[in-house]
Amino acid sequence: MNAVFSIGSMAIRRNAPRFGAIDRLAPHSRLAGPMPWVIAIMIALTVIAAGAGLALRNLGTNAGAEIAGGLTVQILEGAPAARERQAQAAVAHLRTRQDVAEVIRVPEKDLEALLEPWLGRQMLTGDAAIPVPALIDVRLQGPVTERRLEELRASLKALVPSARIDAQAGWLGPVFDALASLQWLALGLVALLAAASAAAVWLAARSALGGNRETIEIIHLLGATDRQIARLFERSIAFDAAIGGLAGLLLGAGALWLLGSQFARLGSGMVTGGALGPADWALLVAIPIAGVMLATLTARLTVIGALRRML
Amino acid sequence: MTGEGGHIVQFDNVGLRYGTDREVLSDVSFTLFPGSFYFLTGASGAGKTSLLRLLYLAQRPSRGVIRMFGTDVITVPRARLPAFRRRIGVVFQDFRLVPHLSAFDNVALPLRVSGVPEGEIRKPVADMLTWVGLDQRADARPATLSGGEQQRVAIARAVIARPEILVADEPTGNVDPEMAVKLLRLFEALNRLGTTVVVATHDVHLLRKVSDSLIMRLDRGRLSDPTGALRYPPRPEVAAR
Repeated sequence: MNAVFSIGSMAIRRNAPRFGAIDRLAPHSRLAGPMPWVIAIMIALTVIAAGAGLALRNLGTNAGAEIAGGLTVQILEGAPAARERQAQAAVAHLRTRQDVAEVIRVPEKDLEALLEPWLGRQMLTGDAAIPVPALIDVRLQGPVTERRLEELRASLKALVPSARIDAQAGWLGPVFDALASLQWLALGLVALLAAASAAAVWLAARSALGGNRETIEIIHLLGATDRQIARLFERSIAFDAAIGGLAGLLLGAGALWLLGSQFARLGSGMVTGGALGPADWALLVAIPIAGVMLATLTARLTVIGALRRML
Repeated sequence: MTGEGGHIVQFDNVGLRYGTDREVLSDVSFTLFPGSFYFLTGASGAGKTSLLRLLYLAQRPSRGVIRMFGTDVITVPRARLPAFRRRIGVVFQDFRLVPHLSAFDNVALPLRVSGVPEGEIRKPVADMLTWVGLDQRADARPATLSGGEQQRVAIARAVIARPEILVADEPTGNVDPEMAVKLLRLFEALNRLGTTVVVATHDVHLLRKVSDSLIMRLDRGRLSDPTGALRYPPRPEVAAR
């Protein structure tokens, strides 16, 4: 009879439980359950929001760098000959300055081509043509500051009284402010979606706890630690989160790729400056990984919190 | 590890009430000694199951002191309780098998909870299932087992890890007399190996089937000690066991 108890040499650990085989206790997740799909939707929305935020950041950075040192000089002279003379004088003066990196006179043909759709051909040629200012695109060494702008304005006005100088960044200031606001909005959305995901996981863990209360009580009374029991749920929810996260990533990345293709077709230099780079995509791929970690941590805290109410 | 007097369990003026109801256990004091065999008797509603719940650490008492394995288990940090529970085997009155696990996995549960390597689990579990006559039903889920078979799985699960204390609540209630005797012999075998056994039953015939057993009798929540076996310090012949 004692042969039945021939387990005396077994390495029963009274104080240092391992978690390996007990994990098979967990009623494993099924894709039929709502949890993976809820997580997939949350991750997809997070990926889209984060992708939009990153694109806006890239757009702002690229456009900002492009126009940081940019100035536009307009020669506001009605008489064509005087305008041409003053424009040449302004170009010559600007090219002599050490702080100017590049000076490009915008050809009149280009200006007419830009204005023709709006004003019509007859308004730009002949005697009835309206005067169009001469434009000079200037790029300074380093960014434009108010002090530099004032100093340049004074020196140019002394030579060409009809010259008007504007910093390109000034025109686009409101656009950059709007871009910054949209980036904050995207960040807020990501935070809200993370909180909503955690709440969904909390509800799922609570529901799983309720559905498995009997099993939990049994293994609790058999000596399982809170950590062992929590691990059962962590595994189950991590599996759901991984499946949902992968589906959400594919969905979100697909949506971003489609949007990117649509914007790329616009052919606008500013918009294409918002394209996502490899580092951005790596960050987006990290979202479902962070989602799995968040879900696992939420499940652990929820289950351990509930278990602490038991003896 | 035992207490100063060599006892493995000591209850001192323990009382238990659920909510604001009257006490279901009052002034319960006794000591259990290593390697002893106790029957806990009493009418239905006398408090047997409540006393057993205190013994297998499913419940804290409302008052009094409980020492087990030389430690005050009421004040011990909650995180240390699982280690104590692993030293106690429990046969629940309603079996409490895990429904989605096979008979084999249910019996293996205490070993897995204790972290026994998987390679060292198969043989003792198979031997135990053979001994309780369920080797052919090892893969069966509890729902497909009869009441008697479920009870045998529950007993096999309670004893598989060689507990220092075995607590059984009406363990022979659902088995035929022949199997009841066989299971009692299993408890005796475990008892001879040093396990303290506490069997709650209202079957008076069962009490005669184990020689050297000691009787604890509960009557409306109060414990009587008809043989003087539970008093502290113990009688010399009890302490010498």
